[in-house]
Amino acid sequence: MRRVLPPVIVGVLALVAWELTVSLGRIAPFILPAPSAIGHELVAQRDNILSAAAASGLNALIGLLWGAAAGILAAMAASRFRLLADVSLPVAAVLNALPIIALAPILNNMFESTSNLPRRLVAGIIVFFPVFVNTLRGLREVDPTHRELMTSYAAKGWTFTRLVRLPGALPFVFTGLRQASSLAVIAAVVAEYFGGLQNGLGSRITSAAAFTAYPRAWAFVVGACLLGLIFYLTTLLLERLAMPWKARLLS
Amino acid sequence: MTAVSVSGVTQVFNRGRPDEVTALSDVDLTVAAGEFVSLIGPSGCGKSTLLRLIADLLAPTTGTVEVSGKPARQARLEQAYGIAFQQAGLFEWRTVQRNVELPLELRGQSKAERRERAAEMLELVGLADFAGHYPAQLSGGMQQRVAIARALAVHPPLLLMDEPFGALDEMTRERLQTELLAICAQTGTSTVFVTHSIPEAVFLSDRVVVMSPRPGRITGTVGIDLPARDEAVRQSPDFFSHVTLVRKTLRGTP
Amino acid sequence: MRRVLSVLAAVVVFVALWEGYKAVGDPDGTVLFGTRVLPRADDLSMPHVWDMLRRLGRPELTGGRPVWQVVLGACLFTLGITVAGFAAGAVVGLLLAVAMQRFRLVERGLLPYVILSQTVPLVALAPLIAGWSGNLSFGPYPWQDWMTVAVIAAYLSFFPVAVGMLRGLQSPQASGVELMRSYAAGWWRTLIKLRLPAALPYLFPALRLAGAAAVVGAVVGEISTGTRGGIGRLVIEYSREATSDPAKVYTAMLGAALLGLVVAALVSLLELPLMRHRRRVPVVTM
Repeated sequence: MRRVLPPVIVGVLALVAWELTVSLGRIAPFILPAPSAIGHELVAQRDNILSAAAASGLNALIGLLWGAAAGILAAMAASRFRLLADVSLPVAAVLNALPIIALAPILNNMFESTSNLPRRLVAGIIVFFPVFVNTLRGLREVDPTHRELMTSYAAKGWTFTRLVRLPGALPFVFTGLRQASSLAVIAAVVAEYFGGLQNGLGSRITSAAAFTAYPRAWAFVVGACLLGLIFYLTTLLLERLAMPWKARLLS
Repeated sequence: MTAVSVSGVTQVFNRGRPDEVTALSDVDLTVAAGEFVSLIGPSGCGKSTLLRLIADLLAPTTGTVEVSGKPARQARLEQAYGIAFQQAGLFEWRTVQRNVELPLELRGQSKAERRERAAEMLELVGLADFAGHYPAQLSGGMQQRVAIARALAVHPPLLLMDEPFGALDEMTRERLQTELLAICAQTGTSTVFVTHSIPEAVFLSDRVVVMSPRPGRITGTVGIDLPARDEAVRQSPDFFSHVTLVRKTLRGTP
Repeated sequence: MRRVLSVLAAVVVFVALWEGYKAVGDPDGTVLFGTRVLPRADDLSMPHVWDMLRRLGRPELTGGRPVWQVVLGACLFTLGITVAGFAAGAVVGLLLAVAMQRFRLVERGLLPYVILSQTVPLVALAPLIAGWSGNLSFGPYPWQDWMTVAVIAAYLSFFPVAVGMLRGLQSPQASGVELMRSYAAGWWRTLIKLRLPAALPYLFPALRLAGAAAVVGAVVGEISTGTRGGIGRLVIEYSREATSDPAKVYTAMLGAALLGLVVAALVSLLELPLMRHRRRVPVVTM
């Protein structure tokens, strides 16, 4: 209760202050629509929001799945060969400093701009890096006591990987996945700003903004936020299910 | 039948480099079947290195190590010993029971067999009620007991322990010492025990091997002849005279 | 040194893959179950690497400035916005972290929202903030397009700083805090003498993340607000010419990559004087 109460109070106060500032201060809706107006649009547009969220969500999900799978497999490969890991970590760090999202228009050209594929690719590429870096770190960090113990059991190779490395890396994998789950949604929505198919939340937001229907645009933003939250919370849930030994410590 | 036989072993680390260290120099050690031997000495005397040589976690630069009459490597491959470290080294993602089952699993034993043996071992260390817990839910002393149960799970003829109680508080430590002796007596296991606590070595051992550093070598052996191993003996003059004897040997002034 | 070699090796491998695929790939891409799973390998979709480099030297439009000058100019423009946004975001993040460390209630009330704000695509707001320009003004200073972009960059960069700094400020052990108490040092002096130095190893990795985030924010911001003059806008403009001038958009991509590298290098420069003898800690932001 003591953990939940302060954020709830802050949230309610912020909403009330927002509503009052907009209605009493007579702030034009193009600067900041009132929460009540946004809520109204949210209800009125719920079908549109839902279908747009489904389109963007599917892109994000597919991007997340392939990006995470590629990241984990690449990390497993890199952890087998020291040189590969030593080379790929700085490269990943450099690539991560680049605005990868700007690849979207190029991928639109390379594939076709009338499909969702370029977006799923961009989302996957963006997801790849946090998953790869975190997983590799996890795979490389083995408790020295565990290492000696497994040597005393004459266990090596795949047995060692299966019993020690993979479960030991799991917390790191999920750290990467948690970041990746939010990034996937952000990438899927933002990639729509770069042109291509007009069926997701991102294109709905821009078109609403272009028609100066700001409360409606905000309603779609709220939809995007809910989508991001769903992805994040699902990952958290999976994390708890996958690591029952951490459940007590996480809560 | 000897449990451990180390002869003429020298261990040099970083050979041929500027930071070359002679960790052990010409060490001979024999442990009889059923015997409890402690290795004691200051930091850097090579006692942990000697234990790792017996466990074949390291290969000696020169000399031979045999466990139960077999080369150390073969003994390791056959899981002819159990080992416990200062860190319990439990797998946090496995329950207590599955931690104890680990060495059995690697031997390819069936699930039913494993379960039965793990239950037996947990009973032995008094943790039968905690089989379904995860290590993070246990205290340090309980974790160390799980590590001992894991080491004993394959019924090894030899138990190797590297300061297993080093990170525990004194009360827990003494209780676990008594338990360990009871377990060893019950299973007839030979034990090599590394410690830097003199009272611990005296209380547990049939024989205390004293080592000194630079280069690591054995400088003396103290036979322990106590009438019994219970709480009362810790207060007895006999006990203290043995403690004094080991301390003097450690200082090199017998 | 090793780092530079690794990256160079990666570039070589990438160019080899690119040209290799162009040599063997189907010019119309590979279509499986109705979707194109491998890209088109023709010169229109995947121009030769040397064509991209050559394009840099030729004029943007007939008789205009060479492309490399245009791209570089756009990079500088976006760099300015990025730096402004990054600075604003970092300052806000630092202040927020100190406030959260000082007042437990602030941490309890705000931290969930700070974390929440990163799990949701609030960048989607960018087109809406764009509506501010021309309509909003502070006295004689009207709201300008670049400010919108800087706000987005700042928003994306404040979070890693706030969370990393908070963890850093909370990193000193109880013994250190108790030692300061025994010296009768107040909160302020404990902050200056103990918490801030202890937070540095956490702060710098956070700043690196924030730098990268600010670049993304600036590029995305330019695109979604239609701000002219920056590299993000250039990517979009050139990509529209892809059918007639396919190599051009890649020059803009090179510019965007350069911008990311320059910002990363600038942030690294920040930490050089302070981190010479410090341990490094891995930073996890969420």
